[in-house]
Amino acid sequence: MSEPTFVRFRGTDSYLTNDALEAAVNCALVLERPLLVKGEPGTGKTLLAEAVAEGLGMPLIRWHVKSTTRAQDGLYVYDTVQRLYDSRFGDGDVKDIRRYIKKGPLGQAFAADSRVVLLIDEVDKADLEFPNDLLHELDRMQFRVDETGDDVVAKQRPVVVITSNNEKELPDAFLRRCVFHFIDFPTPELMRRIVRVHHPEVEESLVEQALGVFYEIRNMRRLRKRPSTSELIDWIAVLRAAGVANVKLDQKLPYLGALLKKEQDVVALADQLAGGPRYRS
Amino acid sequence: MFVPFVYELRARGVPVGTQEAMNLARALEAGLHESSLEGFYDVAKALLIHSEAHLDDFDQAFMKHFKGVEVEAKKLKAELLEWLAEAKERVRELTPEERALLEQFDAEELRRLFEERMNEQDARHDGGNRWIGTGGTSPFGHSGAARPGIRAGGAGGNRSAIQVATERRYAAYRDDVTLDVRQMAVALRKLRALTRDGAEEELDLDETIAETAKNAGELEIVMRPPRRPNTRVLLLMDVGGSMDPYAHLASRLFTAAKKSAHFKELRCYYFHNCVYGKVFEDATFTKPVRVRDLLADCGPHYKLIMMGDALMAPYELLQAGGSHDLGPEDRVEGIVWLMTLEDHFERSCWLNPEPEKYWGGNTIEYVRQVFEMFPLTAEGLGNAVTHLTKGKTARRAR
Repeated sequence: MSEPTFVRFRGTDSYLTNDALEAAVNCALVLERPLLVKGEPGTGKTLLAEAVAEGLGMPLIRWHVKSTTRAQDGLYVYDTVQRLYDSRFGDGDVKDIRRYIKKGPLGQAFAADSRVVLLIDEVDKADLEFPNDLLHELDRMQFRVDETGDDVVAKQRPVVVITSNNEKELPDAFLRRCVFHFIDFPTPELMRRIVRVHHPEVEESLVEQALGVFYEIRNMRRLRKRPSTSELIDWIAVLRAAGVANVKLDQKLPYLGALLKKEQDVVALADQLAGGPRYRS
Repeated sequence: MFVPFVYELRARGVPVGTQEAMNLARALEAGLHESSLEGFYDVAKALLIHSEAHLDDFDQAFMKHFKGVEVEAKKLKAELLEWLAEAKERVRELTPEERALLEQFDAEELRRLFEERMNEQDARHDGGNRWIGTGGTSPFGHSGAARPGIRAGGAGGNRSAIQVATERRYAAYRDDVTLDVRQMAVALRKLRALTRDGAEEELDLDETIAETAKNAGELEIVMRPPRRPNTRVLLLMDVGGSMDPYAHLASRLFTAAKKSAHFKELRCYYFHNCVYGKVFEDATFTKPVRVRDLLADCGPHYKLIMMGDALMAPYELLQAGGSHDLGPEDRVEGIVWLMTLEDHFERSCWLNPEPEKYWGGNTIEYVRQVFEMFPLTAEGLGNAVTHLTKGKTARRAR
């Protein structure tokens, strides 16, 4: 086999990666398999797809999965009610069935003229059988519109990025076909760089203090929902907007609501700061 | 070189097969690993592992398989020299005793010791004074007490793959450790089965089209009932005594079961140690329900989940009257009651919070002969749910 030529993903200006993540993305590119990304909420799973699209210069098609989403919705929807309605009242050309076939995100990605990045966001939200129903389509990158007998075949296999929050176990057969990456929580070092990318003009001292407080809070064992990257970014944005120059971990921590999202957590934090037993992980 | 590694993973229960190995071969052929062990670690992890539950197994297998390949590698050397340089710079901050300690080791000596111990060491160590790890007083590791030593892991950037693997950062994601409410709910969700009955409130498109066509194009709307869960669950929980240490697990299971909207019906009862003539609606044993009535009420299609440590004095299980109560039905042996329950329901299981290794040589052994028993871990609960959904189970030979 000759040395294959392909574009390597190296992250973008606003999305910092590490070797493991780049390796996973490049594996998915070379093997033309879907990339399955898992990780704590707020670690940038969805942003990864945007970064891949930006880094490779491809358009991004998003498919946000909901609990009622069926696999078929991603391929195409046959708008029967509209057609019935039209036939009843004599509007439009009812004979042309193609007028009532609307392509879903997967169908659009296949039909696109250039290679695109397809994001299937939060695949675990849908029914348990949802991933299984997509196996064949993702494998062969083609499907048939039963109503017209047309085959939709991908001209260029799209780069598929799938994110999951682990609400449901994904079936083994589905997992086997994916390249898997688990986004770690960033180390303070990487976090510092991430914050810099998002808030280049914030003073060094505030970033350092905010990071210190952030990791201190994250390490408290009693928290139900630990704050993550996106919350830190938001928090620093708020601090900046409010003109706060110094933060330290005490009872009067400003804009705590940006970091902690559960009432119990706020109480737990206040408890610890009041001198309760300190549990650290 | 990676084929034995794949078998090493399989031996640890990671589901890898030909497909994964082929993918890895293709990726290596394409040069994705950039001819380094670190690159190989990343690529192999992305392709061979499909769930964060197996990341820890992967790290361990990687450590075992590639130990020695890396220890002599140049990167480690560079890091050591860097550390020593750093330590020298910081020498002024050290107390005289610390400085004396530092002088005990010269660079060569330190490295030799480090490599030696790295080879001996096979697990993560926190605390202690010998192994490489965190928080201890060994000269190797990080976040330790005052004595200077080699920092392994912790720093960003150029860590070698073995060191990253050695950290075993994914240990918390293993699925054979005990679990939280959400994980339980996720597992229990698989128990649901959907059927259509009740009020007709959903548009049945196919029927509508068929009826409209029959009606010569005049719209004829057909409705149907939406799909609803049709699983009934009976949960019996052991409380008090030897179950006290597991009370939090029991309450989590209870919460998860209550919260999940996927059951048509969920009944919870409590018992102490073993089921006799009665179970109780509350954990304080004030509202008794006769088991005979319960069985008459709940048909065999209910799924029975027993939760308890199954640990008791042998007479409580095997002797008539072991329950200390003196009603006529309490004069039957506990194990007979258990057999009655198991016999009545088509599908049943027993969840045990005791670690599996303590399941021998006590009353658990007897209970296991009656009920299919699973440990109360994410993996065990998953298996139990599969067991509960897989139709009528073949009775095991007793």
